[in-house]
Amino acid sequence: MTDKLVVEDLHKRYGTNEVLKGVSLRARSGDVISIIGSSGSGKTTLLRCINFLERPNAGRIILDGAVIELKKDKKGDLSPADPKQLQKMRSKLAMVFQHFNLWLHLNALENVIEAPIHVLGLSRGEAIERARRNLAKVGLSPEIETMYPVHLSGGQQQRVAIARALTMDPEIMLFDEPTSALDPELVGEVLRVMQQLAMEGRTMLIATHEMRFARNVSKQVIFLDQGRIEEEGPPGEVFEHPRSDRLKQFLSK
Amino acid sequence: MFLEGYGRQFWEGTTETIELALLSLCLAFTIGLIGAAAKLSSNRWVSIPAAVYTTLIRGVPDLVLMLLLFYSFQDGLNRITDALNQAQINIDPFSAGVCVLGFIYGAYFTETFRGAVLAVPKGQLDAANAFGLTSWQVFRRILFPQMMRFALPGISNNWQVILKATALVSIIGLHELVSAAQDASTGTSSKGAYHAFIFLAVAALIYLVLTTVSNVVFAILEKRYSIGTPPSEL
Amino acid sequence: MIDLIREYWQQYLWGTPGHLSGLVITLWLTAASVGLGFLLAVPLSIARVSKEWWLSHPVWFFTYLFRGTPLYVQLLLFYSGVYSLDVVRATPALNSFFRDAFNCTILAFTLNTCAYTTEIFAGAIKATAHGEIEAGRSFGMSNLTLYRRIILPSALRRALPAYSNEVILMLHATTLASTATVPDILKIARNASSDYYLPFVAYGIAAMLYLTISFALIGLFRKAERRWLAYLRRETK
Repeated sequence: MTDKLVVEDLHKRYGTNEVLKGVSLRARSGDVISIIGSSGSGKTTLLRCINFLERPNAGRIILDGAVIELKKDKKGDLSPADPKQLQKMRSKLAMVFQHFNLWLHLNALENVIEAPIHVLGLSRGEAIERARRNLAKVGLSPEIETMYPVHLSGGQQQRVAIARALTMDPEIMLFDEPTSALDPELVGEVLRVMQQLAMEGRTMLIATHEMRFARNVSKQVIFLDQGRIEEEGPPGEVFEHPRSDRLKQFLSK
Repeated sequence: MFLEGYGRQFWEGTTETIELALLSLCLAFTIGLIGAAAKLSSNRWVSIPAAVYTTLIRGVPDLVLMLLLFYSFQDGLNRITDALNQAQINIDPFSAGVCVLGFIYGAYFTETFRGAVLAVPKGQLDAANAFGLTSWQVFRRILFPQMMRFALPGISNNWQVILKATALVSIIGLHELVSAAQDASTGTSSKGAYHAFIFLAVAALIYLVLTTVSNVVFAILEKRYSIGTPPSEL
Repeated sequence: MIDLIREYWQQYLWGTPGHLSGLVITLWLTAASVGLGFLLAVPLSIARVSKEWWLSHPVWFFTYLFRGTPLYVQLLLFYSGVYSLDVVRATPALNSFFRDAFNCTILAFTLNTCAYTTEIFAGAIKATAHGEIEAGRSFGMSNLTLYRRIILPSALRRALPAYSNEVILMLHATTLASTATVPDILKIARNASSDYYLPFVAYGIAAMLYLTISFALIGLFRKAERRWLAYLRRETK
C-alpha cells in the first residue's frame, strides 16, 4: 500500500518560539492516527501546516505521491508555489475544527454543499443529494437542514462540520481537537460518528485529548511533546507500555 | 401658487440632492473597500499611505476640504489654460461635489469596512481556505456577506452624513435643495419677510423625509443581513 | 505665499483686540456649543429614557428633528429664517438677539450638538447593566440618588468614546459659522484666498490648523479614557 500522506521533517517557528522541531509522519490508506500531547505541544500547528493554514519554515509534504512545490516568502516561511496545486490539495483534505467554524450566514445544508459546488464543481442537485446522505449519516434529522449554526447545539454543529468534510469525499480527514470545545454531554455523539468513520476505513488524522477514544479507535498513536515526536506506535504499546518519561508523566495525569 | 411658484425649483433641487448623495455614496463606498484592503494589507507601501489618507481626511472639516480641493483645482486648471492660451474651463459644481464628497467619505468608509472585516471571526476564513476556496471565492462567498452585517450600521450612518453634507455643496454653486430655498427667499423678499423662514422650513422638512426613508430602508437591510446571527451585543 | 502668511497669520490665530478672529474664535465656538449642549443633554437624556410618554416623546422629537436635518439648514433657519419673521422683528429682545450672527450660530450649534449628545447619553444610560440598578434599589436608594451616584457616572464614562467623536465633529461643524460672517479660521482663509488668489495656501493653512486642534482633542480624550475607563481595561496576564 502506498502512502497517502508523507510529512517530512516539518519545522515551524513563531518569532523565537519553535513550535515544531522536525516532525515526520506517514499515513497509509485507512490509517487512523491519533496525535496526543499537552497544550502547546504542536498538535494543532502540525495539522494546520499540512493544509497550509500555517506556513512551515522547513520540511516537505507529499500527498498521494505528489510533492507540494514550495517557495520561501519574505518572512522565511514556506508557502505553496502553485495556488492551483494548493487548491487541489486542499480539496482532497478536509478539516474539522475545534470551534466548528461553520459559516454563520449559511444554514446547515448550505454549509455542507458550499465547497462541493464551488471547489469540486458539483451541480447543485448532486451536492444536495450527497449532503443529505452525509447529514443523515452523522445522525442529524432533516429539519436541521434549514437551521442556522447559531440555533444548533455544539454537538449538532460539529456533526454538521463533519458532514461538510465528508461531502468533499476527501482522501484524508483532519480533526483538530474536535471535541475540546464541547460540553461533556455532547462529546459522545461526535466521538460515535468519528468511530463509525474509522470503522468504514477512512484515513483520519486526529489531534485529541480523548485518551480512551485514541486507544480504542486509532491504528497508530503519536505523542508530541514540545514540538517533537517523543514516542509513537500502536495504541496497545503507547498506552500500556510507555517508554519515555514524559509520556509516562502525561498519561498519569 | 404652490411655494409661490418655486415648487419646480424645490423639486429639481431635491432630485439634484438625491443624485449627488447617491453618486457620492457609490464613490465613497468603492474607495472605502479599496482603502480598507490597503489598510489591512501587510505591504507597508500600501498600508501607510492609506493610514495617512484616513487620518488627514478625518482630521479636517469637510467644508474646508471641499473649498480647498474645489478652488485649488479650479485655480490650477486656470493656470494651465492660461499658460496654454486656452479658454477657461469651469469645473461644474455637481462633478466637483461628487468627487469631493466621495473622496472625503471614502476615508470614513475605509474605517467602517476595516472594522467590519476585523469583526469577522478568523475561523470562518480558516474553514473557507481549508476547503479549497480561492481567495476571490473566500472574499465573495464568506468574507463579504459577513462583513456587511458588521458594516451596515456604519454605512447607514455615513449615508445620512453624506445626505446632509450635500447641503454644503450649495456653497460652491450647485443648484440643489438649499440653494432653491435661498433663491426662493431672495426672490420673494419684497413680498413678505416671513417667506425665508417658510422656504427654509420646507427644505428642512424634505431632508427629514429623506433621512426617515433612509432609516426605514436600512432597518430592512439590517434585518436581511442578520440572518443566522445571534442578537447583537451592540 | 510668504506675503499671505505675513499679512494674515495673526488673523488666523487670534486677530486683534476687539476684533478677535481665527483659532480663538473657532475654539470659543466649539467650547461654548459643546459646553452648553452637554449641560442641556444630561437632563434631556434622562427624560429620553423615561418611561413617561410625555417626557420621552418631546425629547425624541427634538433629537429626530435636529439629527435628521443638515446643520447648515438649521443655521440658515436661525440666521436668516427666524430673523425674517415679523414677530421677531417686532420684539426688541428677540430682534437684537437674532441680529447678531454670533448668537445665531451658537444657538444652532448648541441645539444640534445637544440633540446628538442626548442620543449618545440616552444609549449609554440604557446600556447600564440591570444588575447595577437592582443592587442600588435593594440598598434603598431613591431614584435621584440612583441616578446621581450609579447610573450617570457609569453612563457618562461609557459614552466617552462616542462623545469624543461628537466633540470632534462639532469642531469641524464650526466651519459653518464662516457662512454667517463669523470670523473663524475658515472665514479668514476665505478672505486670504480671495485677497491673494492663492486658494491652496489659504485653505491649506486652515486645514492644518484644524488638523492640529483635532489631534490635540484626540490626545486629550485618550487621556480621559485612560483615566476614567481604566476599570474596563482587561489586565494583561
